[in-house]
Amino acid sequence: MNDQTLFSIFFSAMVVNNFTLAMFLGLCPFMGVSARVETALRMGLANIFVLVLTSLSAWVLNTYILETAPYLRIISFIIVVASLVQIVEMVVKKIAPVLFRQLGIFLPLMTTNCAIFGLAIFQTNRGYDFLQGIVFAIGAGLGLTLALVLMASIRETSELSDIPAIAKGTGLTLIIAGSLSLAFMGFAGLL
Amino acid sequence: MRTTTPSEDFIRGIWRENPVLIQMLGLCPALAVTNTVKNALAMSAATFFVLCCSSVLISSVKRFIPKEVRISSYILVIATFVTLADMMLQAYAPVQHKELGAFIALIVVNCMILGRQEAFSSRNTVYRSLLDAVGTGIGFTIALIMMGGFREILGIGTFFDIPLFGPNFEPWVVMVLPAGGFLTLGFIILAMGVFEERKKAREAHGEAP
Repeated sequence: MNDQTLFSIFFSAMVVNNFTLAMFLGLCPFMGVSARVETALRMGLANIFVLVLTSLSAWVLNTYILETAPYLRIISFIIVVASLVQIVEMVVKKIAPVLFRQLGIFLPLMTTNCAIFGLAIFQTNRGYDFLQGIVFAIGAGLGLTLALVLMASIRETSELSDIPAIAKGTGLTLIIAGSLSLAFMGFAGLL
Repeated sequence: MRTTTPSEDFIRGIWRENPVLIQMLGLCPALAVTNTVKNALAMSAATFFVLCCSSVLISSVKRFIPKEVRISSYILVIATFVTLADMMLQAYAPVQHKELGAFIALIVVNCMILGRQEAFSSRNTVYRSLLDAVGTGIGFTIALIMMGGFREILGIGTFFDIPLFGPNFEPWVVMVLPAGGFLTLGFIILAMGVFEERKKAREAHGEAP
């Protein structure tokens, strides 16, 4: 069991140990869909949704099933994440077709998003209980959204500026990410 | 069907289609655990093992896997080998296992491994899939050790725990922190872009003298 307060878990997951900028989780969407602020925001919101559901299922698995078979943890978590993404995709398609079209390919891609799987693993390693897990998931999701939106707004601005041809593309994105990560290090002493 | 020779399958992953530096796959481990060469080496060894084993297994049973559930089947095979790697590291290298922490489990979601299965092992023979996996694994190792080397030399002033600069060296601490990972990879990719441009310019010059 872990005796951190809910607020410190939330704040730590959101800014101090930001999933993307401090722990390098969920880099694929961070590089892939951060070209436009609008898509970045939608991707972030979809992530929060799946993260909370994952945290819930990971807690159920940990409490009721994996007690007796801890070595099955990796396999069962990945199955849960994969089927969860599939179910969310079907439900969203049925009840909110407009939202489904807006999210597009990003929903199914979440299966191989390390942030989702990482959340389940970290939650287990730190021994969070039910409420702590949910708060951790929301904090991590908001942190991801924050990083995505920041990145997307910087990239939208930099499109208009005069950059050497060699630097355009991934190299520049990584350097921007580095500077963002430096900025987030400023939060390190807060907790 | 056969458009490449076996040696091409092997060489391709090492440099021309390097998984990390060219294809930008498997970035999470490449950035997260490369603050020292030792961690980079442990990570690449575990990934190498998982990649080779799953390539061999999947290419040998590929005709029994229904097309509709192939991705889930690949993930299951990969997850099994990751569990094995996790337990072996815990038993034989407990210090490294502790340092790498959750990132060993995160090999499951390394897109590079799933990518190789989908793109290569699912439609090639066992022998060629193994060659491809070994090549890609070596490419991954080279990229990780390059990152780890840069970051450890600049950030701690050592290489493989051997001090390089004597007692007066002021370590460049930011390099071992998360920001340094992004910056190192960014600069490596920029440098590769410069070389690529020069090569193109030379070729264009050579063709039209």
